[in-house]
Amino acid sequence: MQVKGATRFILLSQLIIPFILLILGVLLGLYQVLARAGIIRSADIFGINYYQGLTLHGVINAIVFTTFFAVAFGNAIMMHQLKRPLKVGVQWVSWLLMVGGTLMAAWAMLTGRATVLYTFYLPMVAHWTFYVGATLLLIGSLVPYFFDWIPNTLAWRRENPKAKLPLAVLGNLVNFTLWFLIILPLAVTVLFQMLPMSLGLSSEVNPLLSRTLFWFFGHALVYFWLLPSYIMLYTMLPKLAGGKLYSDPAARLAFLLFLLFSIPVGLHHQYTEGGLSSGWKLWQAFLTFMVALPSFITAFTVAASLEHGARQNGGQGLFGWWGKLPYWSKEGDRWLFAYFISGLILFLFGGITGIINASYSLNLIVHNTAWIVGHFHTTVGGLVALSFLGMTLYLVAQLRGVEIKAKPFALAAPYLWMLGFVIFEIALSITGLQGAPRRSNIGISYLDPTNELLYRPDWLFWSHVGALGGTLAVVGFLSYLVSFVGTLFAKPVRASQIDFPIAEAVHDAPTPLVVNLRPWVTATLALIAVSYTYPVYESMTRGIITKSPGYQSIENNLVPQQTLREQTKLP
Amino acid sequence: MDRFEKRAMALALSLVLMFFGLVVYAAKGLQADLPTCLPNARLFDRGRLVEIGPNRYQVDAVAFMWGFDMGTLNQIKLPRGAVVDFYVTSRDVVHGYHIDKTLVNLKAVPGAVTYSRVKFDRAGEYQIICHEYCGLGHQNMAGKVIVE
Repeated sequence: MQVKGATRFILLSQLIIPFILLILGVLLGLYQVLARAGIIRSADIFGINYYQGLTLHGVINAIVFTTFFAVAFGNAIMMHQLKRPLKVGVQWVSWLLMVGGTLMAAWAMLTGRATVLYTFYLPMVAHWTFYVGATLLLIGSLVPYFFDWIPNTLAWRRENPKAKLPLAVLGNLVNFTLWFLIILPLAVTVLFQMLPMSLGLSSEVNPLLSRTLFWFFGHALVYFWLLPSYIMLYTMLPKLAGGKLYSDPAARLAFLLFLLFSIPVGLHHQYTEGGLSSGWKLWQAFLTFMVALPSFITAFTVAASLEHGARQNGGQGLFGWWGKLPYWSKEGDRWLFAYFISGLILFLFGGITGIINASYSLNLIVHNTAWIVGHFHTTVGGLVALSFLGMTLYLVAQLRGVEIKAKPFALAAPYLWMLGFVIFEIALSITGLQGAPRRSNIGISYLDPTNELLYRPDWLFWSHVGALGGTLAVVGFLSYLVSFVGTLFAKPVRASQIDFPIAEAVHDAPTPLVVNLRPWVTATLALIAVSYTYPVYESMTRGIITKSPGYQSIENNLVPQQTLREQTKLP
Repeated sequence: MDRFEKRAMALALSLVLMFFGLVVYAAKGLQADLPTCLPNARLFDRGRLVEIGPNRYQVDAVAFMWGFDMGTLNQIKLPRGAVVDFYVTSRDVVHGYHIDKTLVNLKAVPGAVTYSRVKFDRAGEYQIICHEYCGLGHQNMAGKVIVE
């Protein structure tokens, strides 16, 4: 389908603006992995403090890049699958909110006014522009869902009363329904706890309540990252592999199970804190195991689809078909396969370590150690990042009407990235088990031989292996960059368009359970109510406001707001 | 749905339930439970180390930017075989309290108290590591349990 004018500009810029920021985010990641090995021993680099850089790395890579991409990809999928244009007015409102919000938050972070990491736990307080910027970004990301995608789906339904909703559309609607539901608790803590502290309207806050509300949002967030990848795995990967999707009902079931189970699991990020009953932690641990179920189903369906494709390509035998997949194919769109398969390999590590993290008392061994960092660089930094990067390159080429330039570089990138992060994951798992903390500039403390109090030579070797892995992943990113820049500035050879390689399904029997969405949404809300009412109440047993004053981020320092008030720097 | 798919789903569900069964066994059977809500726990802002019985100790630890007040600053001494109850809170922002080589891995949240019990069977030095970002001095925030 052809794309022109404002729609084309909006889609392209939704992909390119966060990508430019991502370059900064990735380079800061390189600094962090080198600093953590003690290879660079400094509190800052090029004027950016380590923790300021860590805030930027987290916010840009995991929130800005992912949210922009999810909106751009959602727009493209809805247009292509429902064959309906987007409303330009709606898209401009969304674009202005998202870009404006990002610029506000970026200013706060770059000037050291929001060095609070991407989890911004109270009572650390950032400049108000950080909170308002983040809010605008998130509101902007919901505008297309409410004013473009839902109306277009309803219109499509009126015209096709008997047809099944396209799988990619279902996945996308599930994802943004999830996104809307989890933004609500986040909005409560940002608007009623963080912003008033930041503006000096309140001087004390209940940090535990804020944490519970934050993680109400925070874990389902990872499924918001993951579901666009799953849409690609279900609808595009089978076709690129040369075959069909193994089962359409199983794919739908997986999406709906994500809706049901992915929200009431946030307490597994709060296992180690008091103020919350261990019984409720155990209940949410159970639900966390249940949310592994759709990923297990996906593992089966994707593997079966790959096998189906490989057998169409002439693959034989029990394992022989593995050799018949397009690992290195420059033909047409098949280069994308490299991104998906690399992401899937990383996701194997992510899935296994994720189950370990969720395992209640086992979490005590790994909580907030480097292990966790290894884990999420194979999930959000693995399958999610690779499929998003691959699809960004794909869409930029389509929207600009060009062929992919420097294809060997585009093909090498995901493998280098994957190899790098496998090494990184193993190394960080080991240092994590040795006790190395996450989010800490350990190069100037625990890995500094002159620091007699803290020096930990036992962490040294694997921290260096981690640095090697991280560096290799960045080399992969640079390889991607070569192809991306070439494609971005290549001369157009055809009209701007959007087309996706969408696979048919082998098993496509109508299954009533996965057609009607209403019972799933009702069950989701009920499960959230059951699982979160008491923990939220429990978080307030010492009051909605507890005697916890704020600490304002100023020039990367955390300054007591009390002191600022005395100096009349705060209202 | 075809039979392979049904089998895969049944297998996945059994696997998940088995994992959860083991988790419950570890938590309740082996008593490796997580910190729970202590609604009546006294909030404290001073650290202390108290002997509450024969080789039984209680540590009230207050984390702050950037150290641990446990009656003494950053360091406590305990005899071998001591069973210790750690109560941890924070005086300013959120901190971590991870005693290396033990299951004491706690989050110090201001306005809340968290708790863990551990037995020190082996003599030696155990680093206490702050593992939650708490400002520019975070990487140097550490303490020590000396078991002799």
